[in-house]
Amino acid sequence: MSDAALPDSLRKHPRLGQWLQVSAQGGIRAFTGKVELGQGITHALRLIVAEELDLEPQQVEMVRPTTAHSPDEAVTSGSLSVQHSGATLRLAAAHLREACRDRAAQWCGVPRDSVVLEGGVFRAGTSRYTWAELVDAAMLDEPIDPAQAGSRPIGIPSHREQGRPDIEQKVFGEFTYLHDLSPAGMCRGQVFRPAVLQATMDDASWEALALRLRALPGIVKVVRDGLLLGVLAESAHALERSARIVAQADLWRGEVDVPAPDDVPRWLRSQPLETATLVDRRPEAPLPAATRVWQAEFGRGWLQHASIGLCCAIAQWTGGTLQVWSHTQGIFNLRRDLALAFRLPEDAVHVCHADGAGCYGHNGADDVAFDAAWLARHADGRPLRLEWTRQQEMASAPMGPAMAVAIEAAVDAQGRLQAWKQEVWSQGHGTRPGRDTTPALLGAWQVEPPFPITMAVNAAPHSGGGADRNATPPYAMPRLEVVNHRVLAMPLRVSALRSLGAHVNVLAAESMVDDIARSLGRDPLQYRLDHLPHDERARAVLAEVASLSGWGRPPGDRPEGWGRGIGFARYKNTGAWCAVVVDLVVEAEVRLRQLWIAADLGRVVHPDGARNQIEGGAIQAASWTLRESAHLSARGIVSSDWESYPILGFTEVPAVGIALVDRPDCPSLGAGECSIGPTAAAIGNAIRDALGLRARHMPFTADTLMRAVQAQDPD
Amino acid sequence: MSEGIDLIVNGRPHRVQAAPERSLLDVLRNELGLKAARLGCGLGQCGACTVLLRDRAINACDTPVGSVAGQPVTTLEGLGTREAPHPLQTAFIDEQALQCGWCTSGLLMRAAALLRQEPHPDEARIRQALEGNLCRCGVHNRVVRAVQKACR
Repeated sequence: MSDAALPDSLRKHPRLGQWLQVSAQGGIRAFTGKVELGQGITHALRLIVAEELDLEPQQVEMVRPTTAHSPDEAVTSGSLSVQHSGATLRLAAAHLREACRDRAAQWCGVPRDSVVLEGGVFRAGTSRYTWAELVDAAMLDEPIDPAQAGSRPIGIPSHREQGRPDIEQKVFGEFTYLHDLSPAGMCRGQVFRPAVLQATMDDASWEALALRLRALPGIVKVVRDGLLLGVLAESAHALERSARIVAQADLWRGEVDVPAPDDVPRWLRSQPLETATLVDRRPEAPLPAATRVWQAEFGRGWLQHASIGLCCAIAQWTGGTLQVWSHTQGIFNLRRDLALAFRLPEDAVHVCHADGAGCYGHNGADDVAFDAAWLARHADGRPLRLEWTRQQEMASAPMGPAMAVAIEAAVDAQGRLQAWKQEVWSQGHGTRPGRDTTPALLGAWQVEPPFPITMAVNAAPHSGGGADRNATPPYAMPRLEVVNHRVLAMPLRVSALRSLGAHVNVLAAESMVDDIARSLGRDPLQYRLDHLPHDERARAVLAEVASLSGWGRPPGDRPEGWGRGIGFARYKNTGAWCAVVVDLVVEAEVRLRQLWIAADLGRVVHPDGARNQIEGGAIQAASWTLRESAHLSARGIVSSDWESYPILGFTEVPAVGIALVDRPDCPSLGAGECSIGPTAAAIGNAIRDALGLRARHMPFTADTLMRAVQAQDPD
Repeated sequence: MSEGIDLIVNGRPHRVQAAPERSLLDVLRNELGLKAARLGCGLGQCGACTVLLRDRAINACDTPVGSVAGQPVTTLEGLGTREAPHPLQTAFIDEQALQCGWCTSGLLMRAAALLRQEPHPDEARIRQALEGNLCRCGVHNRVVRAVQKACR
C-alpha cells in the first residue's frame, strides 16, 4: 500500500501499541480517538477488531477516548470514522495477528502457514498460545505494517449482526451518560450570557441582580467576568430559580443585523464576500451554442442543532491542572483551546470523553466545557457540573448556516448537459475549536479581556469543503464552473451541521436536473443515468432505489396531491453513494408517505448500524426540509423551545425502506451524512411532481408552498 | 421551603426532604439516584422525562413532586430488568430501536402506559400516543415496530 493510501490516523500514530494492547485478563483493548455520539461507531470499530482477530465482539474492549491515552484523531465528523479510525484499526489488528502467527511459528519451529488462529487462540503444532503469551512490549512498539492486511479476515460474518451493547444498557436504564456522573464533592453551576456575540452589560443592573441572586437560598457564589455571569449552587433547584431571575433582569444590550425569513438570499449577497472559483473545467474544443438554458436559485435559512439532550460538562481544577469530562466531538481540539483560553500548557489539561445525547455537528459541548472550567475556578477544587438549559441550548449553540445557491445550466441539441455553473453564497461552515491560534469557545469571546471572535471558515475542497460541499454535481458535462462566496458576516454563531453545504447543494442540483429532464420530456431517473457513464456505483444505487420503489410504476390508488421524486448524490464526491425516492401528498401541508433509500458504503461493517444512520439522516433531513428555520431577531435567536422550533414527530415520519449495496472488496465509507442531500432533493422533486411547480427555498412549509402557488412561476 | 414528602417509586416507599414545588424529575434523579428519566427541556415538551403515575404517562420535569405524594410512580428502572424484562424492553433491543438513547426511557414509559390502556393498538394509534415524545436521531419507525412486536 503506498504511503498516500495510508489512513491519516495511521500516518500520525504508526505504532501498534497506540491502537491495540492486551489487557491484564488477556483480552484485547482497542484505542480510538473517535468518540461515540450515539451513532454506533464504537460498536463498528469493535466489530472490525473482532473480525481481524477472530474474537467475539464482547472480547474486545473499546477504551473510552481521553487525551491521556488515546490517539489524536481530531474531530469525529465528516463521516470519516470508519475510513480513518476503522481502517487503521483493521491494519493494526492484521499486523498484530500476523506478528503473533510468526512468533508462534518460530517458537514451535513450524511453517507460519500451518499456524491456525481459531477462537482467538493460535495453534502451532501441538502447542496453543494466547494473545497474552505472544504479545510483548517490543511487538507493540513496532510500526504497523499495512502489508499484513493482504490476507482476508478470519472472523465470523454473523458477528456483524450483533446488536450494540450500549443499546441494551440504555433499554434497562443502566447506561451512564456524562449527565449522570456524580463525582464526590460535586457542585453545580450555571453560566448566563448575552443572546448575541457582542454586547454590553449594564453595571448598575449587574450589581442589583448580583444582590438578588446572592440572597437566593442555595446559591453559593455569584461571579462575573466581562459579559459572563456565573452562579454556583449545590442543587439544580437553586439554579432553576436563579435562571428565572436572570431572564427577567434584561442585563445585556446588543443588537445584530439579521434578515427577515424571506430576505435571506439578498442578505447573504449583500455582506462582505470572499469569492473563490473552485472548479473551472473547460473542454478543449469550443462548444456549440447552447440549445436551451435554465436558471434557478435555491436556498434555506439557518438551522438549529436542536438535539433532544442538553450540553453538559464537568470540570475540576487541581492546582494548575484542569480535568474536564465532555461529550465533545474532538477531545484534543478541545484541550488545545482550553489551554489557550486559560493560558496553560496543553499537558496541564486533560479531557475525558463521556457520552451525551445525539450530536449532529458542532454543538455546544465545547462551549459548556469552557463554561464549566471557567466557573470551576471558583469552586475551591471541587468538581463542577454545568448543563445548559433548553433555552440556553437554543440560544447559544452554533446554527447551520443559511445558503443561497444559483445554478445556470445549458443543454445541447441532443438534450445533453453541456454547461453548468453552480454559485454558492453562505457563511463558512466551521467555527470548531482547536484549529486556530486563539480559542474558538463562546465563553472565551465574552470574558474580559475577550479573545477575538473567530469568523466561520470552510475546510479546503480537498478535505471535503464546507459551504461548497457537493457544489460540484456528479453528472458528466464538458463545461463546469463552481464558485463559492464566503459570507464574512456572523451576527450569530454558525458552524458545521450534518452534511454541511450538501443539504442545499444537492437539493439545488437535483432540482435543476429534474426540471431539465421534465422540460425535455425525459424520465428523471433515465436522464441521470445517461449522465453517469463514468460512475458504475452511482448507476447501481439509482437502479437499486428504482427497483425498491417501483419507479415508473406509480401506485394505482394515488390520492389527490400525490407526488413522487428522486434524489441522488455521492457524499463529498468521495464518500458514500446514496439515492432516495420519496412518495408524498400535498394537502394543507406536505405529508410524507414513504421513503426508499439505496446506499453504497463499500464494505459494510455493521449493517444494522449503517441502516440506522441512513434512515436517521433521512428523517432529520426531512424535518429540516419541511419544517425548520431558526426564528431570528436583532436581539438574537427567538426560537427557544420545541414549540417555537418544531421538528418532525411520530405521526409525520414516513415509512422507510433501505437497501444497502454491499461491496466487501471496497473500502468502507461512512453512513452518517450521505442520505441528507438526496432526501431533501427527493422531497423537492416530489413536491414538483405533485404541484406542477418548483419550491426552491426551504423549509417547504404550507406557507412557502402557498406563496409559490400564488407567485406561479412556469418553467 | 423543604418538607418531608412520602413517595412510592417502583413499588418502594421513600421519604424525601424537598420543596414540594421541586420537579419530580429532579427528585428522582438527584435525591433517589434514579437516572433513567432524562432532562431534555424542563418544559414538558419533549417527553424525555416521561414516567408513569399509576398507569398514566406524565412528564416528570414539570410535575411538582408534592403533587405525586402517596401515589405510585414507575420509572424505567421499575419497568423491567435483565432478569425479568418488560416485553417492550425485549422488543426495543430486538429492533435496535435507538441511537443516542436520550429519548428511549421516555418512549418506553409512554409506550408502557399505552399498552396498559390498549393492549393491541394499531400503528396510527401508536404514533399518535408517542407524538409527545421527540426523537432527533430518527428511530421513530424502529420504535413503532418494537411496540408492535411487544403487543404480539
